[in-house]
Amino acid sequence: MQNTEVMTGAMVDSSMRRALIFGQMTFVIPVTVLVLLVLTAIFAPFLAPYPPTKIAMTERLLPPFFSDGGSTAHLLGTDLIGRDVLSRVIYGARVSLSVSLLVILITGSIGTVLGIIAGYLGGRTDAFLMRITDISLAFPGILIAILLATIIGPGYWTVVLAISILGWAPYARLIRGEALKLREADFAAQARIIGSSSLRIMVIHIFPNIVNPLIVMVTLSVGFVILTEAALSYLGAGIPPPTPSWGNMVSDGRNLIDTAWWICFFPGLAIGLVVLAGNFLGDWLRDKLDPRLRRL
Amino acid sequence: MSNILLQVEDLRTSFFTRQGEVKAVDGVSFSVNEGETFGIVGESGCGKTVTGLSILRLLPEPAGMIVGGKIILDGTNLLELSKKEMRAIRGRMISMILQDPMTSLNPVYPIGDQIAESVRLHQHQPDDKVREEVISALRLLKIPAPEMRLGDYPFQMSGGMRQRVVGAIAMSCYPRLLIADEPTTALDATIQAQYLALFKEIQKTTHVAIIFITHDFGVVANMCHRVGVMYAGKIVETAKTHPYTSALIDSVPRLDRKDERLYSIEGQPPSLMNLPPGCRFFPRCSEAREVCSEQEPPEVEIGDGHSVACWKWS
Repeated sequence: MQNTEVMTGAMVDSSMRRALIFGQMTFVIPVTVLVLLVLTAIFAPFLAPYPPTKIAMTERLLPPFFSDGGSTAHLLGTDLIGRDVLSRVIYGARVSLSVSLLVILITGSIGTVLGIIAGYLGGRTDAFLMRITDISLAFPGILIAILLATIIGPGYWTVVLAISILGWAPYARLIRGEALKLREADFAAQARIIGSSSLRIMVIHIFPNIVNPLIVMVTLSVGFVILTEAALSYLGAGIPPPTPSWGNMVSDGRNLIDTAWWICFFPGLAIGLVVLAGNFLGDWLRDKLDPRLRRL
Repeated sequence: MSNILLQVEDLRTSFFTRQGEVKAVDGVSFSVNEGETFGIVGESGCGKTVTGLSILRLLPEPAGMIVGGKIILDGTNLLELSKKEMRAIRGRMISMILQDPMTSLNPVYPIGDQIAESVRLHQHQPDDKVREEVISALRLLKIPAPEMRLGDYPFQMSGGMRQRVVGAIAMSCYPRLLIADEPTTALDATIQAQYLALFKEIQKTTHVAIIFITHDFGVVANMCHRVGVMYAGKIVETAKTHPYTSALIDSVPRLDRKDERLYSIEGQPPSLMNLPPGCRFFPRCSEAREVCSEQEPPEVEIGDGHSVACWKWS
């Protein structure tokens, strides 16, 4: 074996230190980003230089401060009707982050509970729950959202409801598969042997063992929810204007992307940051939650 | 001493599959006395494990079902108990050790918590008392420095240690009956011998009755007071003389004989969906007679506590 790397003590040491620093970074950076964004959302009224809905027709389509014609009065420029993009991105964090959080809480909980029940109990319960899941997966979500928006009117809670009403299905599917596998695990049999009830086994033994895929799913959902909200906003079934959300800002700026790129770029950047931070944090958590990978 | 603790009468357990009914256990009767070790031996798929699971009523539902018979533990027929009453029996009266210690512990909890769970399920006690019980269970299984190991995760332990932890979970409530389903097959030979010796000792101190499921005659000879030989869902003999038992014993490798090839029994066990008429061993039996293919042999007593189901003895 000529290609085998021979590691000297110093190399091992430095590569370990690098791994350690990198390992820390995958935690520190995403957490910092998320905490900053959450704080931004909470303290939006103090941080935003302008009210997010203040229209100033004389100052429309101003570029960000670093471009030609930009000014520090509007750091990230203004949109078609002269609203400050920075202020709107800051206020948009409130809507986009809280919608994501709520939707993930709702869909994650429903999906996990139904998935564990279906997977663990099996038989008819499983068949029944999984057919409902199939139906939910087969329905076009956007259509349901538009339907809801026309029935109860577009708004914050309509968006939450519209994304949640079908969004639990992928969770249920994933968790059911895991529960199905774990039901046959020897430790579940061992729990039955010492007289644990089914409920107890599902909560105490099955659930902690499916946290890993659940977390991966949650972090992936952050992006999905924000993007779905954007799609709904674009179709007029999302957060109604003038309330800013990252989604409706991106769709507002879509038509002007070649002339005023900043209108959709900055909210898009915010979406990208959240999704990335979520994914990195998910990776880190997955490693930490697995006792076999835990640093001794 | 020799009070009957468990009496299994004509136990029938079937699995209902798309292809039909599989009679995994087909009329098994045996009894286990207090403080005694009863061995169940036989080859793969003969119904040993299913018999064990049937006693605990933990068959994989809904396919597996006990279709007949009685399982009497200390005067109560377990098959008449409700699910809730049965849960109270499991762990407290009857416990079981599974085959593979690498998978029978939950990877996400420290071992102390896993033993404590069993204690808490059956006894309402304050936390420090539970801790004491856990430590004494670990001590019973001869785990060194038990106080230090409570917080250890299963992955930090070797196979032999894990199997002791599994044993500690099983023994934590001092059950009257322990079903050990090949607990040593996953361990290497020296650890295996230690583990068996340990259980002999535990039996002496706690007076627990053990049903030892195995296919290893060495283990049987070492551990068991009595033994039932199972073939195709039936106990063909309780001790030794059935042609199947002799054939099984002949297939144990021996140091004192120089054979070219290891002896093996010709053919395969019959399909449990489609059993042959008569004795279920006759197609492979070297001593088969005409009657064997026609009628099922009755069980006859041929000595003290020794019975055989074979035409050779009827």
